[in-house]
Amino acid sequence: MNPLVVEQMTVAYDRQLVLENVSFSVPEGKLVGVIGPNGAGKSTLMKAMLNFIPRMHGHVFVYGQPYEKQRHLVGYVPQRNSVDWDFPTNALDVVLMGRYGHIGLWKRPRKEDIDMAMQCLDKVGMLPYAKRQISQLSGGQQQRVFLARALAQDASIYFMDEPFVGVDAATEKAIVQLLNELKTRGKTVLVVHHDLQTVRDYFDYVLLLNKRVIAFGETESVFTYDHIQKTYGGKVTFLSSTHIVG
Amino acid sequence: MSYTMWILLTASLVGINCGLVGTFLVLRKMSMLSDAISHSVLLGIVGAYMVSHHLQGVSMLVGALIVGLLTTFLVQWLHQKGVQNDAAIGVVFTCLFAIGVVLISLFADRVHLDVEHALMGEIAFVPWDVLEVGGKSIGPKAIWLLGFVLAINIFCIVFAYKEFKISSFDYEMAVTLGIPVVLIHYVLMGMLSLTTVASFDSVGAILVVAMLIVPSATAYLWTDRLSVMLICSALIGVLASMIGYMIATVFNVSISGAIAVSTGVIFFISLWIAPKHGLLRKWLKKSPA
Amino acid sequence: MNRMDINVQWVFTSTALLGLASGMIGTFALLKKQSLIGDAMAHAALPGICIAFLLYGQKSLLLFLIGATCSGYIATICIQFIVKHTRVKEDAAIGIVLSVFFGLGIVLLTWINQHEGGNQSGIHDFLFGKAASLTGSDVNVLTVTAVTVIIMILIFFKEFKIITFDRAFAQGIGIPVSLLNGVLMFLIVSVVVIGLQAVGVVLMSALLITPALAARYWTEKLEWMTLLAGGFGALSGVAGAYISLIAYAPTGPLVIIFATVLFIFSFLFAPKRGLCSKMIRRHIERKKLQSQQLMYKRGEQL
Repeated sequence: MNPLVVEQMTVAYDRQLVLENVSFSVPEGKLVGVIGPNGAGKSTLMKAMLNFIPRMHGHVFVYGQPYEKQRHLVGYVPQRNSVDWDFPTNALDVVLMGRYGHIGLWKRPRKEDIDMAMQCLDKVGMLPYAKRQISQLSGGQQQRVFLARALAQDASIYFMDEPFVGVDAATEKAIVQLLNELKTRGKTVLVVHHDLQTVRDYFDYVLLLNKRVIAFGETESVFTYDHIQKTYGGKVTFLSSTHIVG
Repeated sequence: MSYTMWILLTASLVGINCGLVGTFLVLRKMSMLSDAISHSVLLGIVGAYMVSHHLQGVSMLVGALIVGLLTTFLVQWLHQKGVQNDAAIGVVFTCLFAIGVVLISLFADRVHLDVEHALMGEIAFVPWDVLEVGGKSIGPKAIWLLGFVLAINIFCIVFAYKEFKISSFDYEMAVTLGIPVVLIHYVLMGMLSLTTVASFDSVGAILVVAMLIVPSATAYLWTDRLSVMLICSALIGVLASMIGYMIATVFNVSISGAIAVSTGVIFFISLWIAPKHGLLRKWLKKSPA
Repeated sequence: MNRMDINVQWVFTSTALLGLASGMIGTFALLKKQSLIGDAMAHAALPGICIAFLLYGQKSLLLFLIGATCSGYIATICIQFIVKHTRVKEDAAIGIVLSVFFGLGIVLLTWINQHEGGNQSGIHDFLFGKAASLTGSDVNVLTVTAVTVIIMILIFFKEFKIITFDRAFAQGIGIPVSLLNGVLMFLIVSVVVIGLQAVGVVLMSALLITPALAARYWTEKLEWMTLLAGGFGALSGVAGAYISLIAYAPTGPLVIIFATVLFIFSFLFAPKRGLCSKMIRRHIERKKLQSQQLMYKRGEQL
C-alpha cells in the first residue's frame, strides 16, 4: 500500500482555480521533488493536503486511511519565513516542539524527549547552538533547526516547503544528507524545489506541477526536456539540455 | 492592612494578571484585540446588569466572558469571510460598544450604572467596598475577584504551557501535531475577558490595555525566554503600579492614568537600556569602536 | 417646526459633514491597512487637548484642534519609531502608544479639574461625545475643517491613490511620498479631532472604518469607493442624529449603529463581493466541477 495517495484534488481561491484535478501516488521510501514555476500551486498543494486550505474536491490518503485520521504520521516543514523568529525561545525548545504530538496534551516533556531533541540537533550539526536564541541563528541554521524539529517528530511522511531556499552550502549539504537518511529509514519525503539543476541528484521521483499534474514518476523517465518545457510554458530555454537529459 | 496597602495589592494583582495574559497577546500579534475586548465588554456589563439587576462579581464575569468571546468570534468570522483584520476588529468592537452605550442611556432611569466609572475605574474606592462573610469583613471585593481570576490564569498557563507556546510560535505546525489550536485561542480570549472585567473596578477598561500590552512588550525587549518573559512582564506590571500610585498621590491625579503613564516610562527606558535588544547597545555596536 | 430649532439644525449639519469627511478619508486609512491608526489618533488626541487647555486657560475648538494634531502627530512618530527600531511589532506599538497617551491625557485631565477649576463634564464628553452641546462657533470650526479636508482629498486624490496602492512605485516616479503621507495623516487627525466633540473617542474610529468598509463591497473603483464611503458616512450621521432626536438616546452611538447596519447589509447583499452572491457563485461552480469530474471519470473508463 502506498503511503501517500492524492485523488482528484481541486483547490480554488474565491473564483480562481489554483489546483485542478491533481492525482498522484507515492511509493514508500522515495524522495519526491515537487517542481513547477512560481504560482504553479506547489505550496498550495502541501497546504491543501494538510487541510490548512479547504479542498473544493478530492481526497488525501495516508497509508490507506484519510489524512484526518493519520495526522500523526505526517510531518511538515514550513517555509522559514512562516514563523516569527523573534519569538522568545531557543533552538532546543523549537526542536522539542516536534515531540509535542508524542508527549500528549497537557503533559510536560520528559527527559527522553529532551535527549531525543538533542540527538536530532546533533544530526543536523546544530548541537553547539542548542541554547542559542533563534533570532540569532543564520538563515541556514534556522532551516536546520526546522529540519531537526521534523526529525524529532518521527513521522512516516514529510512535506518540506522550499527547504533549500536561501541557505548556505553547509546547510544544503546537511539537508541532502538528512533526506538520504530519512530515505534509508523508509520515510517518504515530498520537497518543494526550485533549482532545476539539482533535481536529478536529489530526487528519486518528480512531480511536475503547473495547476495540474504535468507529469509524475521516476526522475529518470519523467524529468525530460519536453515535460519541463510543458511545465514552464517554454520559459526555460536558457537551461542547457545537458542538465536535464544528463 | 492599611488603605495604601490594599490599593497597592489591587494594582499589583492587576499587573500580574495583565502581564501573564498580555505576553501571549503580544507574541500572537493580537494586541489590538485587547483594545477591542476592553471596550466591547461594556455591553457585557450592561447586559449582566439588565439580567441580574446588580453589579456583583459573578454575573459581571459571566457577561464579560460572553461578550468577550462574541467579539473574538465575530472578528475571526469576518476575517475568514475576507474582511481585513484591522478593519474587522474596528467594526466589531465599536458597534458592540455603541450598543452598550445606547442601552445604558435608554435604561438610565432604571439602571444605576456609571459608565465613566466602568471605563476609567477608580482604584481609590477599592478598599471601602469590602466583602463580608457572616458580618465579618474579609477584605475588598476587588481583591477576591482579581485573586480568583489570577488563579484561573495561572492554572491555564501552567496546565497548557506547551500548547500555548507552540500555537503562538508556529500555528500550522501545531495544527499538524493535532494540538487543539482553536480551543487554545478561545481559552486565551476567555482569560483576556475575565482579566479585563476583573481589572475594571481598579484601572478601568481603557487603561487595562496599557497594563496588558506595555509591560509585556517591555519584557519582550529584556528576555529571550518565554518563561522569563511571563514573569518579567508580571513584575514590570507590579513595578508600574507602585510608581504610578506614588506619582498619583504626590500630584493628586488619577491613579489609573498615572499607572498607564509609568508603564510607558518603563517601556521608554527599556527601549534604550535593555541588554540585548536595547537601542543603546545596537548603536554602540554599529559605531566603530 | 418648534423642535427643529437652530441647535438641531447644527447637529444635523455637523454630523452629516463629519460623516462625509470621515468616510472619504477613512477609505484611504482602510486601504493602507491602518484602520486602527484612527483609533490610536483619537485616544492620543486627549493629552494634546489638555495641554492646549492648560496653556490657553479656556475651551476653544480651534486650539484643541492644534493641540490634538500635535499629539496625534507625535503618537504616529512614536509608533513608527518603535516598529522600525525594536523587535516590537506594529500591533503592540499601536497599543502601547494609544494606551500610554490616553493615560497621560487622563492624568492631565484630573490635574486640570483640580487646579484650573475646569468642570467635570470634560472627560465624559470626550469619551462619548455630545452632539447636542455643539455651539455656533464649534459648528463653524467643524464645517470649515470638514470642507477643507474634503477639498484636500479632491486635490490630492491622484497622489493619495498611488501612495496607498504602491508606495515604492510612487517613490520611484518622484512623488514626495513621506510628505503626502504626512498630509494624509494630518487630514485623518483633523477629522478625528472635530469628530471627538460630536461622537466621542471610541466611536470616532468607527466613523473612519465602518462606512469605508461598507463601500468596499459595492465597487472596485477607488473614486466610487471614496464617494460612496462619504455618502454612507453622511447618511449614518443624519440618520443617527434623527433617531437620537426621536428616541432621546445619545447621537454618537446611534450614528455608529446605523453605519454598522449599512456595513452588514453591504457585507451580506452587495452584488459581487457580498457573502450571499459569493455563496451562490461557489455553489454553481461546485456543480460545474462535479459534472466535470464525472466527465474525467468517464474518460478514464473509456
